[in-house]
Amino acid sequence: MRERVAIVGVGYTSFRPLSPEVSFREMVFEAACRAYADAGLEPDRVGTFVAVSEDYLEGTSIFDEYVPDQLGAVLKPVQTICQDGITAIASAYLQLATGLFEVALVEGHAKASNVLYPAHIEAFAMDPVFVRPLGLNPRFVAGLEMRSFLAQTGNTEEQVALVVAKNKANALKNPLAAYPALVTAEDVLASRPVATPVKELDIAPFADGAVVLILARESVARTLKSQPVYIRGIGWMQDTPNLDQRDWSQASYAELAGRMAYRQAGIRDPKEEICFAEVDDTFSYKELQHIEALGLARCGEAGVLLSEGYFLPDGPLPVNVSGGSLGNGYLYDASGLRSVLEVVLQLRGQAGERQLPDVRVGLAQSWRGIPTASGGVIILSNE
Amino acid sequence: MERVAVLGAGMTRFMRRAQETGKELAWEAARMALDEAGLTLKDVECVALVSAPDAFDGVHMKGEYLADGAGATRKPFMRSFVGGGSGVFAIIHGWYHVASGHFDTCLVVAEEKMSSTMPHPQAAFNTIYDQFTERPLGVNLLWIFALEMNRYMQVHKIPLETIAQVSVKNKLNGLDHPCHQEGITPGPDLTVKDVLDSEIMVWPVHRLMVSPVTDGAAALVLASERVAKRMTDKPVWIEGVGWHLDSSYWTNRDLYYPKYVEYAARMAYRMAGITDPRKEIHVVEPYDPFAYKELHHLEGLLLADKGEAPRLLEKGVFNRDGELPSCPSGGLLGVGNPIAAAGTMKVAEIFWQLRGEAGARQVARPVKRGLAQAWGDLMQVGTVVVLGR
Amino acid sequence: MMKPQNARGVPLKDEDLKVGKVLTTEWRVKADYAWDCGIAIGRYFDGLKEGKILATRCRRCRRTVVPPRIFCEWCFKPMDEWVEVRDTGRVNTFSVSYFSWDMTPLEKPEVPAVVEIDGCSPGVGFMHLLGEVGDNLDEILRRVKVGMKVRAVWKPADQRTGAITDILYFKPEEE
Repeated sequence: MRERVAIVGVGYTSFRPLSPEVSFREMVFEAACRAYADAGLEPDRVGTFVAVSEDYLEGTSIFDEYVPDQLGAVLKPVQTICQDGITAIASAYLQLATGLFEVALVEGHAKASNVLYPAHIEAFAMDPVFVRPLGLNPRFVAGLEMRSFLAQTGNTEEQVALVVAKNKANALKNPLAAYPALVTAEDVLASRPVATPVKELDIAPFADGAVVLILARESVARTLKSQPVYIRGIGWMQDTPNLDQRDWSQASYAELAGRMAYRQAGIRDPKEEICFAEVDDTFSYKELQHIEALGLARCGEAGVLLSEGYFLPDGPLPVNVSGGSLGNGYLYDASGLRSVLEVVLQLRGQAGERQLPDVRVGLAQSWRGIPTASGGVIILSNE
Repeated sequence: MERVAVLGAGMTRFMRRAQETGKELAWEAARMALDEAGLTLKDVECVALVSAPDAFDGVHMKGEYLADGAGATRKPFMRSFVGGGSGVFAIIHGWYHVASGHFDTCLVVAEEKMSSTMPHPQAAFNTIYDQFTERPLGVNLLWIFALEMNRYMQVHKIPLETIAQVSVKNKLNGLDHPCHQEGITPGPDLTVKDVLDSEIMVWPVHRLMVSPVTDGAAALVLASERVAKRMTDKPVWIEGVGWHLDSSYWTNRDLYYPKYVEYAARMAYRMAGITDPRKEIHVVEPYDPFAYKELHHLEGLLLADKGEAPRLLEKGVFNRDGELPSCPSGGLLGVGNPIAAAGTMKVAEIFWQLRGEAGARQVARPVKRGLAQAWGDLMQVGTVVVLGR
Repeated sequence: MMKPQNARGVPLKDEDLKVGKVLTTEWRVKADYAWDCGIAIGRYFDGLKEGKILATRCRRCRRTVVPPRIFCEWCFKPMDEWVEVRDTGRVNTFSVSYFSWDMTPLEKPEVPAVVEIDGCSPGVGFMHLLGEVGDNLDEILRRVKVGMKVRAVWKPADQRTGAITDILYFKPEEE
């Protein structure tokens, strides 16, 4: 039997709309110091480092250059993964599974406020021949997808608006969150249309922040002071990058990544076996779409369950109790790490005011944003 | 730890400007590697991609964009990145997928389409420097190489003629590589004098000491021992991998010696059980984007003492018929430098050398074990793989 | 069997694009940023505006460094103190560049150098330009040596903006 891998340390900054007081290096240093202190180990115990970044979100080509110093990773095996945060955890996980290393560190951060024209960067991710020349604001992709999702599944715009109300309210109990608020579904429905049916409040606003996670093989994890949270399953998946070939209503990447993670975790009935989930909600409809793709609700059922309170913190299957990206702010590829952070805190019983009772198995899921069809799923357990 | 084999390698022609899109280049290389491995895309369980800065292809998140060309649709797909070191990191990236025991096969793809950047890809390189303290000086990529080359030459008193000799060796070797970039070697009678007479770009770097701007792709198919034994009777094994990244504060380090390459090499040697690399490595493909870099890296790889590589070069040790053939492919100076794909081309060369399939490039001595190495970032990254049969 | 011998790829010439032999799409990305300097670089730039080079010091590692940072990347502890170092130093290495940042050829070459700053730990410095060292290669190679002492030439105080370019260049200094 293969040795298990656990998350043994978490470090983070608060998430905030602006962060002019610190450079990206200084922000990451804070998160790294917290992670080492949390795990109770020194940087020299870490065998391999994985960072997640994209050049155009940093404004630097070959950004992997600027990774090691603020992580204590100088003259160590370090690599950058240009993928979402959970896929970066998969990289660290695989490396530990080879047996070559005992401890790994994963870092992700966002300085979204430093990107002056984020929509232009997003547009630069479009296919340069077929899509980009249309000159559309990239959020049209979300509009097309949301409309198709609602039409195919029977979920409603009103139910989608409830996602925003739930997540922003959940964020009120999260001291790290950048955008906690009390808003109603009516407020969301009345907000400015962006790419109908997507409206302004349906979109997670950007935030700055950093998250650092430390992973270790079980034999090492048991010797550390922190409570280990075990990785029971992990999956990451790519669907077609072509807009004209994808499934517009279903999040097939999440479904496939979920299957991969469930298989490894031995989970047959996710709805029963998963105690709570942090799923991607970069756009509010994405939360419902991802819940269905992950088998946490049947197709077309997520909206009804939501309106019945099923996914509220006191419901049978709390989703995004942290506030999700709608409440915390969207951290680009670090968003997946922020979701994992919440699952770890909940499973350790360290989630403060928003702590869920008796949770044993949690799931985190990530999506890379427009125009991608890729993402990861991780299943964590405190047993 | 599962043993991991290389079953096939593939590459496109290397070209200054390719008609093919990046996706198409990735597909061409991947298909050749799969054909050689005797596998189809259905057999591929996961895909590992490397590609250097997005600024070249001109697509943000270009890993996502390239995914279908790399055969990754509806598969676990991961893009990793260690700057110029990515090409050799590619096989390391694929290695851990299979060595973890989670996958039996992995398709490794390296792609670069540099020509998309207009008017010149070099402009993209300005943005690799620190945005606060370096970029405002109007810096270009050649600066850092020229600064390092001068430091290396000054510390060891290396004559420029010796550095030029690297260009001659590799460019002549490259003539035998069917994929070499057109015009990369001025002619079969290239001399040291020609190199020294070529234009000074950033002293002491002359034009013929620099690898060109190139489009291209390369790919590898990796498999677990179980699959490898079924597919081939002459498997090539990944015996050792190593990678290290040094501080980004490059002006606080002495550039005369690539410590990060040494650390990466020691990691790979330890894993491969190599105690005397000079005897146990039979053919080597060190990274040669600039002529001096090959010598610099041979020292970092512990295949020559510090400052000794130039002397060994003069003695012919690194020739194809020498004791330790170095860059028999022609390297980046002789084949071309599509950044990430160039490093993977080096790994492919070692693979073909070990199988005795390198044709006119086959080295004279018998080879059982070879090494490929790449470098990247601000004189920071060493990536090393040791292959054996 | 596929081999490099039958590798595919269609090389184009630059003219092929100009005459429209192949079709292309063009795009200019609006990739603009306002990077937060933060604590260390913010204070470093404040110092430059006042004509001072500021460094940070790690007592544990006995190391004084520029550009300053709030952490020591060797021992991974916060730096202990700020110190003002001198605006003189020695050339660690240099080159002579005939091309601008975007590869436009230059009539008068630029002379980039790594300057080890006096007051910092041995071997620690930053990259800048040398000036007043000649207009052509022969002259520059005659006047610039590795190990040579240099001094910063500053912009006039009222023109400084708090940037690395507040130092115009370093010039040779009598020993």
